[in-house]
Amino acid sequence: MSGSMEFLLWTKGPLFDIALAIFAIGLMARLVEIFMLGRAHNYAEPRAHEWPAGLRTMLTRTIADPGTFKRAPFNVVVGWIWHIGFLTALLFFVPHVELIRSVLGFAWPALPNPLVDFATAITILALIATLVHRLTHPVKRHISTVEDYLVWAVVFMVVLTGYLAYHRLVEPYPLALGMHILSAEILLVILPFTKLTHIFTAFIARWYNGAAFGRKGVQS
Amino acid sequence: MSELTLERGLAAFRAEIDAPTAAFFSSCVHCGLCAQSCPFYLETGDPKYTPILKLEPLRRVWENEFTLWGRIKGRLGLQKPVTDEMLAEWEELLYDSCSMCGRCSMVCPVGNDLAYMIRKTREGMVQSGHAPEGLIAAASRAIKTGSPMGLQWKTLAVQIQHVESSSGLTVPVDQEGAEYLVLLSSMEIINFPEYLEAITKIFDHAGVTWTLSTQCFEATNAGIQIGNKDIAAELVERVVAAAETLRVSKVISPECGHAYTAIRWEGPNLIGRPYPFRVFHIIEVLDELRAAGRIKTEGKEDDRLSMHDPCNLARKSGVIQQQRNLMALVAENFVDLKEHGKYQWCCGAGGGVSSNERAEELKMAAFKRKKAQIEEVAPERMVTMCATCRTQLEEGLEAFNMEIPVVGLTEMIAEHLVERD
Repeated sequence: MSGSMEFLLWTKGPLFDIALAIFAIGLMARLVEIFMLGRAHNYAEPRAHEWPAGLRTMLTRTIADPGTFKRAPFNVVVGWIWHIGFLTALLFFVPHVELIRSVLGFAWPALPNPLVDFATAITILALIATLVHRLTHPVKRHISTVEDYLVWAVVFMVVLTGYLAYHRLVEPYPLALGMHILSAEILLVILPFTKLTHIFTAFIARWYNGAAFGRKGVQS
Repeated sequence: MSELTLERGLAAFRAEIDAPTAAFFSSCVHCGLCAQSCPFYLETGDPKYTPILKLEPLRRVWENEFTLWGRIKGRLGLQKPVTDEMLAEWEELLYDSCSMCGRCSMVCPVGNDLAYMIRKTREGMVQSGHAPEGLIAAASRAIKTGSPMGLQWKTLAVQIQHVESSSGLTVPVDQEGAEYLVLLSSMEIINFPEYLEAITKIFDHAGVTWTLSTQCFEATNAGIQIGNKDIAAELVERVVAAAETLRVSKVISPECGHAYTAIRWEGPNLIGRPYPFRVFHIIEVLDELRAAGRIKTEGKEDDRLSMHDPCNLARKSGVIQQQRNLMALVAENFVDLKEHGKYQWCCGAGGGVSSNERAEELKMAAFKRKKAQIEEVAPERMVTMCATCRTQLEEGLEAFNMEIPVVGLTEMIAEHLVERD
């Protein structure tokens, strides 16, 4: 018991600070790497302004166009389910809200535990489905790299250990919670160096896309 | 040109990487949805044609040299380098199986503009000596003769004579101070001479002053298709010089898709300065004349007509409503393909695919997507406004024994002009 408590305190203390620092520095480095490159001046006479079109695409790309939805419904639906489930657990579980409050100094109301529990269970199933899809769909199997499986494993561990800890399915409890926190820290550490950066950069990418099409008069 | 080497290719890749490119590569999650928007993947079923994978050479240069983690990997000897063998393998993926139609750029959930990056990647392919023969030949003919097909003014002059004798009108040549400079595409001059006659009639009818230029008549840009900025800029400069000589305020790009994106959107950036004139696609000009009441038509086509939106015109340039306004003027039984406008499907021939003889089989495979779309609405004729699309539609429909003629929209408008007294 004392060993597991030590482990928990270690993950909540020094390890958390280190992970947060690597995450923050790594993410800043990535954003600087992107923006430092800049964009060439565009001399072509625009049809419309870039900003409104870019901002719209930042939101609208969240929803697939009807044709794409029809051609890849599994991809779209399962992707949606696990992203929503993951965000629900991440942002609205009582202890997470309290953690956010302690780091940022403010937070928002949490959701009832049974609801978060349900979202987590769904997320676990959806994540398994995405893995099966990645392993079996010819395109996804062909384009997948070691990084894709590594990132999947880390995300899955975060959700799974959280679920196990909440339901007291691993004893002793401090070990279960420590495992969950450690998984989350691994996720934070790899985030700026893997495709997980899309959490932030996808909005930049969408803006550039929407701006480029928008100046030509097409809402992308 | 000095020797093309891997080193030069890598330098070109580096020079092409900008903030959007870095944001795009940072964001890809390998979801594979881009494949579902690519006619080359969908109609062959081969996952190597997944759009994001076609960009792997550029992505590797970005990761290896433009990211912290990539540089750390370099120190540890874990980088995957870009090699000549790799580029040789990717040549087919970047040229034969991509028409730069930009459909993947419209559907990528993280917002990656893949077509933008294909265009960039081709720059490195040219510099490393991995561009297709057919495109190299077209680009060098364009530089030497002014036309990617090696066509000369004297050929056009003969055609002008035909147009003048059949229409009884004059085709203005080198008219200083005209409102519009009209450009043509060699493909059009050879395959669809009716276009020149049509605009001659329409502009006479609407009282528009226009001119051709003996200095430069070609609108297409083989430099952009192959991916070479120097060649592309040289071709744009010729248009600018001709427009400046004749002091026109507007330049019209013909019924050709890529010529329009080349001159309208890329041109000013290639030469590094804004134009002293404005650029329009012929369809934009016709729709403006229609809106101003300067085109009077009589009678309507009564057969079932559908329309193919050229990628470069619709999705990549925002000309979508104009052609429908014009159709409404002359057709009473028009039906759109199900996915049209910005979500239209490519005919399979654009982006240099049709100039690349080696890509013939893939080009016809990609066409099957268009064919299925056409079958869905079963028109009696197809209308379009790009000579490359039109040729591809004609050849494709013929290959599948579908008796559906393809017409250019401009000539259809010309056929319905009210005769003047």
